[in-house]
This record gives sequence, C-alpha cells and structure tokens, in this order.
Amino acid sequence: MKLEDLRKIREKAEKELKLREGKARVKIVVGMGTSGIAAGAREVLKAFIDEIEKRNLQDVIVTQSGEKGLSSHEPVAEVWEEGKPIVVYGNLTPEIARRIVAEHIVNGNPVTEYVIEVKEA
Amino acid sequence: MPKRLDILVCSGAACISNDSTTIKNRLQAVLKEHNLEDEVAIVETGCMGPCELGPVMLVYPDGVFYIRVKESDVEEIVKEHIIRGRPVKRLQWTTPEARRIVEEKKQIPFFEKQLKIVLSNCGKIDPENIEEYIAVGGYEALAKVLTEMTPEQVIEEMINSGLRGRGGAGFPTGLKWKVTRESPGDEKFVVCNGDEGDPGAFMDRAILEGDPHSVIEGMAIAAYAIGAKQGYVYVRAEYPLAIKRLEKAIQQARKYGLLGNNIFETSFSFDIEIRIGAGAFVCGEETALIASIEGKRGQPRPKPPFPAQKGLWGKPTLINNVETFANVRHIILNGSKWFASIGTETSKGTKVFALSGKVNNTGLVEVPMGITIKELVFDIGGGIPDNKKFKAVQIGGPSGGCVPADYADTPIDYESLRKLGTIMGSGGVIVLDEDTCMVNLAKFFLDFTVEESCGQCVPCRIGLKHLYDILDRITKGRGKMEDIETLEKLGEEIKRTSLCGLGQSAPNPVLSTLRYFREEYIEHIKDKKCRAGVCQFEEAKEEEVSLEEKLKGIV
Ligand SMILES: Cc1cc2nc3c(=O)[nH]c(=O)nc-3n(C[C@H](O)[C@H](O)[C@H](O)COP(=O)(O)O)c2cc1C
Ligand code: SF4
Ligand code: FES
Repeated sequence: MKLEDLRKIREKAEKELKLREGKARVKIVVGMGTSGIAAGAREVLKAFIDEIEKRNLQDVIVTQSGEKGLSSHEPVAEVWEEGKPIVVYGNLTPEIARRIVAEHIVNGNPVTEYVIEVKEA
Repeated sequence: MPKRLDILVCSGAACISNDSTTIKNRLQAVLKEHNLEDEVAIVETGCMGPCELGPVMLVYPDGVFYIRVKESDVEEIVKEHIIRGRPVKRLQWTTPEARRIVEEKKQIPFFEKQLKIVLSNCGKIDPENIEEYIAVGGYEALAKVLTEMTPEQVIEEMINSGLRGRGGAGFPTGLKWKVTRESPGDEKFVVCNGDEGDPGAFMDRAILEGDPHSVIEGMAIAAYAIGAKQGYVYVRAEYPLAIKRLEKAIQQARKYGLLGNNIFETSFSFDIEIRIGAGAFVCGEETALIASIEGKRGQPRPKPPFPAQKGLWGKPTLINNVETFANVRHIILNGSKWFASIGTETSKGTKVFALSGKVNNTGLVEVPMGITIKELVFDIGGGIPDNKKFKAVQIGGPSGGCVPADYADTPIDYESLRKLGTIMGSGGVIVLDEDTCMVNLAKFFLDFTVEESCGQCVPCRIGLKHLYDILDRITKGRGKMEDIETLEKLGEEIKRTSLCGLGQSAPNPVLSTLRYFREEYIEHIKDKKCRAGVCQFEEAKEEEVSLEEKLKGIV
C-alpha cells in the first residue's frame, strides 16, 4: 500500500460514513407517515437516494420524518440547506424528486411549481 | 449503494450475551420482508457503553437510542420507525430520575460530560471492516510517522503529550519508549498488555472489540519509534470476541499492507501475533506476562532489569496497555499540545472507566482527567438508585482503595487519588451506597488476591491469607480489638516486602477502609454490629489456635 492508496480508500469510505452521521451540506427530509407512504413517499425517497448516488453527491443526505400535517399535499419533502430557509415540496413523484436534485440541489434553482411552503430553519 | 439509515446494533460482549445476535438476525429478516435491505444498513459495533441496558441499538442519522430490545420488538421498530419515521418511544432510553424520553444521542446525559478520544470509534464504526477505520482517519498517523517523522521525533511528541500508562501504574509512556529505544540490542519487541484481570473491568476488552485497529496502529507507531519488527498482543482466553475481532483486524491490516514488510514503501516492517493467556491475574504483571509469552510459567521476577532492558527472550521490550496504545494515533494526528491541553497538570488526556455498583448508569465511560468523583457518580452515573445514600467509590480494584463521599470533590488524576490512598488503576470504579459493609468489601478483594497470589514470596502467600482470616473473623463477630493494629502492621509489612505489584498493593483495600471507615471495624468487633446489615454474626465459638499463633515468627 502506498500513501495515495490509503487516501483513496479513505475518500471512498468516508463518503459512506458521512451519510451515516448526518454531516452534510444538504438534508432532504421525506415525510414518511402513514398517509405519505400511501401516497407514494417510499418511491419518492428511493428516487432521491438513487439520483444522489448517480450524481455522486457526497454531501447530501436523505432522511425521513413522520407526518408533516400536510396530508393533502402528500408526498412531501423538505430541503434543508445550511444557512438557508427550508423549502417544502408537495405532491411529489419520483420524476419530480429527480428534478429537485438536478435543479435545486445541484444548480440552486428550486422547482417552484411544487414548492408549497418556505419556512425559517 | 449508500443507505438512507444505518442501524447500529451493539455486539459488545455484554450485548451478545443478552442475545443481540438474535435481534440482529431478526432485524435482517424483517428488513428483507419489507424490501428495505437496499435502504437500511445493519452495522455491528463494539460496546456502546451502557451495557446493563442491553441489548442496545442506535439508529442514524436520527440518533435514536433503543435499549433492552427483544426479538419481539424488532417488527415494531421496523414498521413504526424505519418505515413510518416514528421512533418506538417505549424502547427509547429514558433517564432514571425523570423517565424523560431522550430523543437524541447528544441529549442523553450519560454522554454529556464524556469526552471520547479512545472510544471515539467504539459504537460508531464496524470493527470488522478496516475501510471504516480508514474512513475516520485510520492509519493516517502511521503514514505520518513513517513518511514525515524520525523515531526520535515520535518519542519527543509522546513525551510532550504527557501520556501516562493506562495499565495501572501511570508511568510516562514517552519516557518508556525512549528508554527502550536507547537500550542496546539489535532485536526489540513491542508487547500489548490486554490481560485485564481486575474484577469488573472491561475497558480494554471494549477497545479491542470496538476499535481493534487503533491498538494495532498504536503498536506499529511504537515499533517504529523503538526499532522493533515484531509485536505481541496478550489477551485473556475469556475474551473470545476481542480475540476474534483482533485476529480479523490483523489479517485485514496485513492484506492492505499496513502490517508486514516495507509499510508505505518505507524500510519499516512490522507484524503482530496474538498470544492467549489463561486468565491468571498475576499474568497481567509485565514480567509474568513476558514469561507467559515465552511459554514459561507466568510468574513475576525481580526488577531491575526492567523489560525495557531485558524483556522477551532477554531482548529490550516495550510493554504498554491496550488503552495506552489506543491513545497514540490521536496524539500523532492532533499533536502533543492538543493532548496536553486535556486533563490536569500531571494527568493528561482522558481515562476510560468501567462504572459499576450502586449507580443508575453503569457501563463504560470516557472522561477527561480531572473530572471530580461527584461528577462521575452523579452527572454521568446518574446518581444512586432507590434514594440511597452515596457512601464511597472503590477505585483501582484489588490494588486500589476507597474514596469516601466526603471527598467527592476530589479530581480524578493520578496524584490526587494517590494522596487519598488509592490508585487510578486500570479503570474499574465501583460505586458503594449505605448498604455496603466496608469490612466485607475489603474481605472480598482479599479473597481475590489470596486466590491469585502466585505463591513465590512468603509475605504475599501467607501474609495475605492471614489478613483474610482476620477480616473473616471480624465479619463473623469474632474479632478482637488488637486485630485492627495487626491488620495495619501486617498490611504495611506485606506491601514493603513483596516482590511484585500484586503483593505490594493487595493490602490497599484493607488499609484504605481502615483509614476512612475505622468505626465500622470497631462496631463489628465491639458491638457485633454491621451497620449495612451484611454480616451475619455467629455465636462465639471455642477459641481454636489461631493462624496468627501458628504463624508467629514466620512473617
Ligand atoms: C498484579 C498485576 C496485574 C496487572 N495487570 C495488568 C493488566 O491486566 N493490564 C495492564 O495493562 N497492566 C497490568 N499491570 C501493569 C503491568 O505490569 C504494566 O505496568 C503495564 O502493562 C504497563 O503498561 P502501561 O505503561 O501502558 O500502563 C498489572 C500489574 C500487576 C502488578
Ligand atoms: S508478590 Fe505475590 S504475586 Fe507477586 S511474586 Fe510475590 S507471591 Fe507472586
Ligand atoms: S456491550 Fe452493548 S453496550 Fe456494552
């Protein structure tokens, strides 16, 4: 093993650990209450994870919470970004989830037609 | 694919004996049933600390801590928490006083005053996966010393850090490395002492189980510093999981080229073998341990020569404790200044303690040196159960002594404890409440040391037995007032004349209880009364010829 090899292994392994610890630039919180799941929140969540993985975004984590009290807009998800207000999305589908990753998280432009609320962090 | 959630299942020895393996298997099955295998990872970790609450598990990134998980709870956890995002409240850890539901790891009081350096990876990474260790900076310290530092610089850094041996005596580690390096000899060895014989102690086991690579890395750095090629880890046979994890870690390190020849393409080569001990307490003493590795009977020999001069097979040998080695990488990576900024003037860094006895939160804790006994017992330990009165702590096991409640503001460091007649020892802390009889406690430890004495020297072999017999007599209501003086005189005599640390410290539990709880001895003798209600007094029997008479002139 060379020094570079150690660094390479570290980089790869760090990514996986980071996800575990919740240390990330962006956190996506998907509402996974009973009604959210009934409305398809699990597929949305999978789409988020898959898209993030595809794009190799190392500082984004996806997590979940219970009901958000917004069942008429389910599935919902919040995007938490350091130093920014929380953007709440509603009526999500896996396709919109992928768009949120591409447009909002990568390029910094929220997908406005699906934003249902913006709140203070 | 990285996972959305990680469920960390404790597989420290205590949790495993509480059947955490069944929990893990069930969890695996239920996750599969719900097609969650791709989203949720199960990670087995070393001891997380609060063993008596086991089996425990932690869900990240949520930070939900579950305790006393039963096989039948697994389904509910998966359905409610993992799928719906609602943690199962009834299984979450609640503080004993307030029964308040604690939501997050950082809010759990048990963790608040702790400072995890040595245990920073325990309960966090998978000890059987070298890559997780590398992810948290593992083997960076070894890389740094091999590519950027001379052995002398490493030793200098260790000296400046102020690290002292965690195996009991607190000898300055850097100085020991220096002496071993400077000892003449072409072949040298590094030995890790993982014998851990104190009853109730399991700090070293937890480190070996939870973060074995940190010990391997510490040993490799030491080997580079002193000029050794071969290392041995001595672990007791009663620690099968620690042995298994260590074995696996050594194999992985070899596979990755972190042990073996020309590490990081330098001229440095080093390898490690495990030696399994039969579990005699005295084999933890360094010269006995060396004899045991050599395949001889594990008996101490007189010092000097010290192992640093003549150790394994007569060659200069560095012997340090597991926890001592586990500190090394942190010192190298963060610098001696950083390390020396933690703790007190003479005692730097942190210490891992196994907290047990009459205290609400028992288990493993790591605290900065200099924390007071009160903080340890009340803030971290959560106080005494059932509104009982705090009486004392016993520190240092069979070689240590008691610190009574009146001294609860004493900072825990090598010197302060020594002044009170006890020692830091390896880290066993037993909390005692009003229901503990101090005479009986002293007898318990004496019983242990009498059993464990190797029998080489007369004061230890016969003197300790004599101390034990007197204590036994007092606890049965057959003591005499002269006994107190005999205990003290004989105790001092044994300390002065024994060959090794076992005999030299075995009278401490008696002497220290006599110092602080003398009135309890007197009550037992004069009033045939045990205030804790522990001792059963017999009717006075015909006086036999006491051992004391028989021994006159021998001791
Ligand atoms: C009876 C007896 C038992 C001991 N048991 C242990 C032990 O289990 N583990 C340990 O590290 N040191 C033990 N020691 C201390 C060792 O002799 C030695 O000082 C220590 O391993 C040195 O490591 P350190 O400088 O890192 O503390 C024991 C000493 C005596 C006298
Ligand atoms: S002091 Fe006790 S244990 Fe130590 S060498 Fe002597 S007899 Fe053996
Ligand atoms: S073994 Fe699980 S908490 Fe200690």
